[in-house]
Amino acid sequence: MIVAENLGKEFRDKKRGVIHAVRKLSFRCAPGSVYGLLGANGAGKTTALRMLATILSPTSGSASIAGFDIRRQPEKVRQSLGFLSTATALYGRLTALEIVEYFGCLYGLDRPTARRRALALFDRLGATAFLDRRCETLSTGMKQRVSIARMLVHDPPVMIFDEPTSGLDVIAARTIVAFIRECRDNGKTVVFSTHVMSEAEKLCDTIGIIHDGELLAEGSLQDLRVRFGHADLEEIFMRVVCA
Amino acid sequence: MSWRDIAVVYRKELTDSLRDHRTVVAMIVVPILLMPVLTIFVGVFSARIIGKAMLQVPSVMVVGAENSPQILAALRALPDVRIVPAAPDFAQEIVDKKVRAAVEIPSDFDAMIARGETAKVRIDIYQGELNSGFSADKLQKFFRDFRDRAVLERLASRHLPENLAQPIVVEEHNVAPPEKVSGVVLGGLVPYFVIILALTGTMHPAMDLTVGEKERGTIETILASPISRATLVVGKFLMVLTASLSTAILAIASMGLTLAGAGKMVAGVPQINDMGLQLNVSLRAIFWVFVMIVPLAVLFSAALLAISLFAKSFKEAQSYLSPLTVVVIAPAIVAVLPGVELNAALSLIPIVNTSLVSKEIVSGVYHWNYIALIFGSSCLYAAVALWVAVRLCQREDVLFRT
Repeated sequence: MIVAENLGKEFRDKKRGVIHAVRKLSFRCAPGSVYGLLGANGAGKTTALRMLATILSPTSGSASIAGFDIRRQPEKVRQSLGFLSTATALYGRLTALEIVEYFGCLYGLDRPTARRRALALFDRLGATAFLDRRCETLSTGMKQRVSIARMLVHDPPVMIFDEPTSGLDVIAARTIVAFIRECRDNGKTVVFSTHVMSEAEKLCDTIGIIHDGELLAEGSLQDLRVRFGHADLEEIFMRVVCA
Repeated sequence: MSWRDIAVVYRKELTDSLRDHRTVVAMIVVPILLMPVLTIFVGVFSARIIGKAMLQVPSVMVVGAENSPQILAALRALPDVRIVPAAPDFAQEIVDKKVRAAVEIPSDFDAMIARGETAKVRIDIYQGELNSGFSADKLQKFFRDFRDRAVLERLASRHLPENLAQPIVVEEHNVAPPEKVSGVVLGGLVPYFVIILALTGTMHPAMDLTVGEKERGTIETILASPISRATLVVGKFLMVLTASLSTAILAIASMGLTLAGAGKMVAGVPQINDMGLQLNVSLRAIFWVFVMIVPLAVLFSAALLAISLFAKSFKEAQSYLSPLTVVVIAPAIVAVLPGVELNAALSLIPIVNTSLVSKEIVSGVYHWNYIALIFGSSCLYAAVALWVAVRLCQREDVLFRT
């Protein structure tokens, strides 16, 4: 379960002064469902997800992940979630297996258990053929599978994806979309951000449209269609953002 | 902060760094090869050149040889000087290095000597030129001997005792053991090289493990893991410290072996023998130099980690760290300067203190009060630098500087 209440984040910039990256963001996401944060570049999606992942600390509001408070229990929060974004790169000089094992150990697993889980994940993701190859030699699609194994090694109940398909080709993007669906089907709580309307349409049980750091509209795809009188999500998005 | 997690981070960073050829070169190859290469290609080579120059028979012109056939004959009899016919442009010949020196004998030289007067002989040389300098030394010795003989003859002709012209004899006697004499020369050089290498061995790993993570985009991956930032920094710091210490250990070992080898190679060089130098450092001194380097390596590792962590890019980190080499070389070089002695105030200045105490240790001097003070103060500075690195890693504006 993810609960965000009035989450806010301000940055201070020498030239631009105080920047409100996220303002009073509130939403909930239950286990077995996917919440999609839909917004343009710079809307505040990444900052919001980084706060949920405790990589950044909020300047106002609060949130809990799997019952743990992001301010008071950041290590337990991180223990309970898997985080994947285009910025979460892999260590190029380590092999695929070493990386997943390493993160398994960081998540508190002993080495044999981390290795066993890593091998099982590689088998499930069809990545066994390259598990001994250094990540710097892998293709983008292969790296994505290693990243997925990395975020799953501790079997977290909550998954956060920040624009996970950005910059990927169609095949790699489809792998990610299928994986998010699988997470939801396995009862995980999933939040993901995107600016690709078709992905949001395909995956999200609830869509939150974020612009200039504020959540302007929220609901299921069907709810939004009824509320804004349009079937096309892109059109709905533009109406919300330009209103 | 958990030691288990620190060990996990450290093990990963070690594996990762040992696969990075730039780290391996700075950490292993350079400290092993630097001293032998420097010694062989600079030290031994220059020692050989000096030895060769000393053994060379220089060509010398005697200008006004007709004024003193006895001087000419005596000079010709010298085995280590070759007298060549004088030329009018003898000065140019010296500048052109065709001859190494010229002796100018005045017209009434023999007559003046016979009358018991003072005759003036001029030796023309190319100042600063090695062979010319050695020629001058030989000629000076020849004329000193000639003068002494002339004095004795004059005293004898007046029936005066030989010691009349020599009321006192001054004798210089070295009481310092050979290792301490060596320490004066080597004591400054050994810590100088070790300190510089301990720094350079730290630079690349410090950047790779911090700003390298920012550039490669792995910083967000690791920050999303449950370990604390203090754990992460300490794990990385231990890896950088490993690089610094292994560089220092290898440099010290390589230096010890090189000096022992060089000592054997230059054993026949008379100038080295005359100086009473032993080109080796005792195992005890090596051990204590290493002990004193440890807190300095901790300081370097933590400081460089903090600075690199602050940088946005590798390029920016390099622009911060490169001037540090000069900052470190300047105080490290203090130990090489003659006359600078360790005292309580200098014991508190980082790098200068380690450099000076290492110089003393190599010379066989152990001031335990200063050693304790230096070790303590260096540990304190290192702890402050590590604390700064941990604090920086907890600041979002540092981790996500754009």
